[in-house]
This record gives sequence, structure tokens and C-alpha cells, in this order.
Amino acid sequence: MNAALAWSDAVTAAQLVAVDPIGTGGVLVRSRAGPVRDRWLAMLRGALPASQPLRHLPLHIADARLLGGLDLNATLLAGRPVAERGLLAEVDGGMLVLAMAERLSPATTVHVTAAMDAHETVVERDGLSLRMPARFGAIVLDEGLEDEFAPAGLRDRLAFHVDLNDIPLRYADELEINGEEIAVARERLTSLKVNDAQIEVISAAAGALGIMSMRAPLLALRVACASAALSGHAAVGQDDIALAARLVLAPRARVFPQSNETEQPQQPLEPPSESSGGDGGDDQEKPDIDRVLDEVVLAAVQAALPPDVLTALRASAGRSRGRSQGKAGALQKSSRRGRPAGIRRGELRGGARLNLIETLRAAARWQPLRRREAAAAGAGSGPPRVLIRKEDFRISRFKQRAESTTIFVVDASGSAALHRLAEAKGAVELLLADCYIRRDQVALIAFRGSVAELLLPPTRSLARAKRSLAGLPGGGGTPLAAGLDAAFALSDSVRRKGQTPTIVLLTDGRANIARDGGQGRPRAEQDAISAARQLRAAGITAVLVDTSPRPGALAESFAREMGARYLPLPHADAATLSKAVLASVR
Amino acid sequence: MAAAFPFSAIVGQDEMKLALLIAAVDPKVGGVLAFGDRGAGKSTAVRALAALLPRMKVIAGCRYNCDPERPAEFCDDCRARAVNGVLKTAQIAVPVVDLPLGATEDRVVGALDLERALAHGEKAFEPGLLARAHRGFLYIDEANLLEDHLVDLLLDVAASGENVVEREGLSIRHPARFVLVGTGNPEEGELRPQLLDRFGLSVEVKTPDDLPSRIEVVRRRDEFESDTAAFIAKWAKEETRLRKKIVSARDRLASVTVPDAALERAARLCMTLGTDGLRGELTLMRAARALAALEGHTAVADGHLRRIAAPALRHRLRRNPLDDAGSSVRVDRAISEVFV
Repeated sequence: MNAALAWSDAVTAAQLVAVDPIGTGGVLVRSRAGPVRDRWLAMLRGALPASQPLRHLPLHIADARLLGGLDLNATLLAGRPVAERGLLAEVDGGMLVLAMAERLSPATTVHVTAAMDAHETVVERDGLSLRMPARFGAIVLDEGLEDEFAPAGLRDRLAFHVDLNDIPLRYADELEINGEEIAVARERLTSLKVNDAQIEVISAAAGALGIMSMRAPLLALRVACASAALSGHAAVGQDDIALAARLVLAPRARVFPQSNETEQPQQPLEPPSESSGGDGGDDQEKPDIDRVLDEVVLAAVQAALPPDVLTALRASAGRSRGRSQGKAGALQKSSRRGRPAGIRRGELRGGARLNLIETLRAAARWQPLRRREAAAAGAGSGPPRVLIRKEDFRISRFKQRAESTTIFVVDASGSAALHRLAEAKGAVELLLADCYIRRDQVALIAFRGSVAELLLPPTRSLARAKRSLAGLPGGGGTPLAAGLDAAFALSDSVRRKGQTPTIVLLTDGRANIARDGGQGRPRAEQDAISAARQLRAAGITAVLVDTSPRPGALAESFAREMGARYLPLPHADAATLSKAVLASVR
Repeated sequence: MAAAFPFSAIVGQDEMKLALLIAAVDPKVGGVLAFGDRGAGKSTAVRALAALLPRMKVIAGCRYNCDPERPAEFCDDCRARAVNGVLKTAQIAVPVVDLPLGATEDRVVGALDLERALAHGEKAFEPGLLARAHRGFLYIDEANLLEDHLVDLLLDVAASGENVVEREGLSIRHPARFVLVGTGNPEEGELRPQLLDRFGLSVEVKTPDDLPSRIEVVRRRDEFESDTAAFIAKWAKEETRLRKKIVSARDRLASVTVPDAALERAARLCMTLGTDGLRGELTLMRAARALAALEGHTAVADGHLRRIAAPALRHRLRRNPLDDAGSSVRVDRAISEVFV
């Protein structure tokens, strides 16, 4: 698909979002910040009615602000708890902009998605219990690089996935969307419905494209209605369905549809008893659906898929699931989600967090007394106020467990694979299980051939860890230096998120591929040693598990260079290995 | 609150629906955990259950939903009032209380009623979510993301059936027995093992992969969204039928017998699987009995055990979370060994 077409699709998506922000859920914009994105956003903004709120959600928004909570000023003034609306309630009826969504924390994501599902927010905090309407569409700006994505739960709820990354500015014509047209379309939208056959076509298309989530076909139907409303059709037509398939289903496709029907489960569609769908006998309908499906919808989808993506899809059908789901934000936030360790009396300095509720509770029992005192002192008779004194201040304390991320660096080269790869895998699995119980994060780097690869970015999901480990092939050279460099880079980013990295290196220490990919043992070893020293200098806790059948001086001296604990485990099984590693990490 | 999608209109998801119905028939089964794909209708099913459940009798004005027929379990208020005369009763909808992720501890367990404390200097207790969920359901969406300190709190209350509050000079204890319902997506992180163990039944939810049911899901959802009231009316009959089934199953539950042979089968199944502790066997028996009651049988038979074994046991297998054979497969294998 060329850039001009991509831009025109993006423009259409903007129009359709403007027509039905709530029904379509909104739009995911995958793009780095830049003039193309700015232009697109300006266009969308112009299309939205000015009367409706458009609010930005800052990445590190506090729950109190997001969901609503206690209004501090008003509460103190009124002498009773006064609720404050949160951002999600404020944006009711409008659109919410989430920038840098690839770094959104899971907690924030869940609040947003829960509000999108229920069309309201439920608040149970600070002594308040509130339900507030929150119907909005989301504009999710995903600035992730190749491996980072906005949270999957959020993406799933957005009809449009627009990618502006490959559109040069000169293709991005500045267009203005006519606000009045949108307003007319919005009115028309309420009377539009999809018919049974259209539902079947969209569901079948989603199935044929390997889209599992049931939200995708539903969103596509909403988009089809919006499209019909925009173009002034009296009913949802075939082009609307094709457009919806192209905009909503194509970006989610996992499998490429086989046009000559050998693989696809094209069972005869059982028309359900009650809904006979109006016009047309049932026996005509079936071939008709197949034809529409093939010729119109899938053709539309196909046109929207760039050719190289098609080949990649064909090659990797089924494998693409869940490598990375944008967990970066999770790490960052979780270190701040310390366990509340109680409340204490204290003063407000040094960034201490005043716990208003507890402060008020502490002050509460003294109110009658203080009011009497105040009255005696002749302090006027205004509205009853809450009299708070310094000794009432209560401060929240958080106990933060230092989160740790264990980075497994696994030598999957030929020399290691031959003897110990299976055992190493077993040990890593056991260690993973242990990390899981302690709620630590794990990451997995494997090196073989001439490169190191980050197979699993830090995660707590065992399912994903397991999958990436199972898929780990063995064989090839030993680019030890590359492996250590990758481990160093990852440890660095883990540290920057305020967590403690620990490296567990499983290797026989026989480096034979240098940093630049060149062969030759001496240079490879030199490079590996310099990479190891880098780790030692950074003071990263590390363990080296010698996986060679006759552990010896080579790996041991290497461990010394790395500042790592050396564990020779000649005949240990996976269980012993995991125990030893755990003992030395503690 | 927005109207819920009718329970009986949910396409497929038989295991999840069955587990929820069993929990509705016998709350002692101990909660339902539904883990699985996005957009498969996990939350929809739980919300639908709330609308489906038959109303329950409570003591009028009681903040803890005390059951008039069980004076032994009254809260302190009702006990005091019971001495003075006959208590009035009322019918209310069974509470299905949401525990939102951002909830603070004071709202969960209850705390000093600030408004009254500030305005009148009164020391009164304001019950929290646990009190509201008593005799009903406590629903945690994305249970795997719940903060640890809240999890600890829940574990404690779920185990004792009682909420003890000691804060701000208050000393309150009140009954809090509820069915815990959790949903989540395993891709976003696992559940803590301690919490996992509290759930009686654990179901795996997958989006349907055959075309006709996928079409039916989309069709019904679309119908529901475009005319909610009409859709609910259309399914009202089916809902009533199901509700009656729950009520009569509850009545029948106590009289369903468990033959020795079934007990033995259950024990052998648990031994084969090497489940920890007796909780697995107990849950398996309870769930099978509730299932028998639901289907109008008078005794637990092999068929009941077979059908409920996977949800009752799959999360209790000895902890090797990385075993490549999924736990469902292991349960199936054990079933085919035991039930020859």
C-alpha cells in the first residue's frame, strides 16, 4: 500500500471517529511524534464538535485524578467529604487523548478500558463510593518502536489502527474535515442498522483473517454504520462493509486468507431460527455471502495490506502472538505502587504525602471541643468549618519492595546446545517459576550464530516466558560478547526504571564470535572479556553457570572478569541448578 | 447502571456459565475464576449473572444483608434489635459488588464515617465493599493486577467469613461471606498462588472459533446494543426459566446424595493428579452435587464428576506452572484413567 493511500485511509478513519467516537471506541495512532501526526490530529480536532470535551491523559496520572476522589479544598471548606470528578468522568461525551500509550501502566490501562466497557466509572476510594457516566472515545498515540506497543487490552477496544510512520510529509495533504457534515452524519447515525447478512460477512471475514477477539467484528459493524452515515446512505451498503473490513479488520489480520477456500472453515451458515433477516430466501443467501466475502471484503482487506506484510504473515501464521505487549510502562509504575505501610503522625515536608482522609479522621473527634474553644475565643460564627491543627496531620507511608528483574542470558550455541541446552532450559524454567512466585520480572536473552536476541522483554507473564523459551533453537557459533552487551543494555534500562537487575548467564565460556560478527577465538575472547568487565564495572549482580561437561578454568576466570559468582555444575540436574542459582542471587 | 446483557443470551462459553451457575446454587463451592482471551465475554457473563440471580430475603435496614432465617449469623445490630421484637424483612437483589482495581483499603473493609464524624462528632462505622458483598458476589475484574495488600485482605476475610475492623478507635466485626469471582487475562501476569487457591472453580475462556457461533455472538451483541430493551424482553422468558432452575436446585441441594462410589472416584481422581490438600476433593464433591441439583438429579453420578473435574481441579495441580502439558490436559488424562 502506498503512502498516499495510507494517508487517505487515515483521513477516512479520522472522519469516522468523529462521527461515532463512542461506538467505535476510538483510534490507535502508531507514529512517532512529528508533523504528519500533528497534521492528522489537527484535522481530527477540527472535525470534533467544539462543545465536546477533548482531554489529555498524562502518563503518570494518579488514580485519584483519573477516577475522582476527595476534593481537598472543598472538603476542608465544607466540613464534609466533597467528591471531585475524575478525568474519565470529565471527558464524558468527548474524546480522551492518551499520548505515549506504549508506556501506559497496566493499572491506568485497566481503569480506562473498564470505563470504555461500562460507559461509566466506579469509584471506591477515600471514603467515597460514586458512579459517574463516562462515555468517550479514545485517541491513543502509540509512539513505540518496533517492539513496544500500546497495551493490548486497549488496542482491542479501538476500531481504527492507523500507522503514520511511513507516510512522508509531502503525502500528508492538509485537508479540512467539514464539521457540519460530521454533525449531520452523527444525527443520521442513530437510524442506521446493519442487517443479518452483513453481520455474517463481517464475522466470516474476521474469522478468515484469524482475528480471535469478538470485539473486532463488532467494532467493524459500528464503523460500517458510521461510514454509511457519513456518505449519506439510507442503509448500510456493501461499500460501507468493505471499508469497515479494510479499516478495522485488515490491521488486525493474523492469517492471510486463502482465496480458494481449502483451509478456511467455511461451514454452511446456520441461520438462527428467529432472525430470518428480512429479504431474500435463505438458500440464495449463502453463496451470496461467500461471493461478497471473497470479492468485496477480502479484496478490500488485501488491498490494505502491504505486500511484504503478506509474506511475513504467511510465514509466521500463528506465531505472532504476544511477543511484546508494551509492558515498559508497567515496570515503571509498579515500583511506585508500594504497599501502604500504614499511616503516621507527621509534618508535611520532604515530599511526604498527606493522607487527607486519615487527617480528617484524626481531627474529627476533636471538632466539638475545638469549636467550643473557637467560639469562646470569639472567632466569629461562620459556617461550621473543620478545625484542623498541625498535630492532626497524617502521612502515608509506603513500603517499597525493591523489585528485581532477573535477566537470563542463555548460550544457545552449538557447543552448548550439544551438551546442555535442554538442561539449561529446564533450569531456567524452574527459576522462572520461582521468580513468578516472588512476583519478580524475568527477561530472556539468547545468543547463538552471530547475534544476541532479546527473546522476552521483562515480564511477569509466565505464559509468555514459557513460549519464548520453548521456541529457543540451538546451534551455531558463540557470540558471547554480543550476549553480554545485550544483557548490559537491558540491565541499564531496568535500572533506569528503578529496579534491580540480576544476570544469570548460562554458558560454557567458549566464545568464538567477536563483536563485529567475525570468527576467530582470540578476538572473540577478548571482546567477551571486555564486555564482562563492563558488567563488573556497573556492579550488576551476576551468576555464571558453567554448562560445559567438564567445567574448568576457562569459565571460572571469565566469571572473575565479570564479577559474577561461578557455579560449576557438571552433572547437576535442572532442580539442583536452580537451587544453586537462587542461593547465590539472594 | 447500564442494563446487563441477558445471561441466557450468551453464546457458547458453557464451562464459564456452568461454573457461575454452580456458584449461584451453592456459594460454598468457593468462587469462580475465569481466565482467558480478550473480548470473549468474561465480564459480560458476570454482569449478566447479577441480573439473573433470584432476589434474596434480608432483614430490612440491615447494612450487612443479614439473613432472617439464620439468627446465629446476625450482625451485632440485628442481634440487638432481635431482642426487642420481631425484625422486618425485605427482598433485595443479590449484590454483585465490583472491587475496582484502584480501591483503597478503607473502602474495602469499611472505616469511620467521615461525614458524621466531622459534622456531628459521632463515631460511626461506614461499611465497606466487603459488607455490601455479604451473601452475594464480589467481582474483581483483572484479578491478576490487584494490588498485593488488597489481596492479603481478601484472603483473610474469605477464609474466616468475617470482617474484623480495628481502626480509628473503631472495633467492629461483621459477617462477610461472599462468592469471589475473578476474571483476567493470563498474558498480563499470573495470579498469586495463594489467591488462586481460594477460588473453587477455575475456567479457561476462549473466544469461539467456529463461524456460526462467532456470527451469533456478533448478531446478538449488535441486537442488544441497537435496542437494549427489546432484546432483554425477548430473552426474559429464558431468563425466568433459568432463574427457576437455580431456585429449585437450591431447594434440592440438601437432598442430593453422594454415593460412596462417587466419593471414591473423586478421591482417586485427586490422588492421580496429586492435588495438594483436601480442598480439591471437597470442591469437587460440592460442585458435582450442585451440578446434580441443577439438572434435577437426586444423586451424584460419574457424569457429574467428569464434567466438573477440570474446573474444580485444574488450578490445584502440584505447582509446576511450567509443565508443558496444560493443566486441562492433565486433568483429562487423569479422568480417562480413573473412569474406565
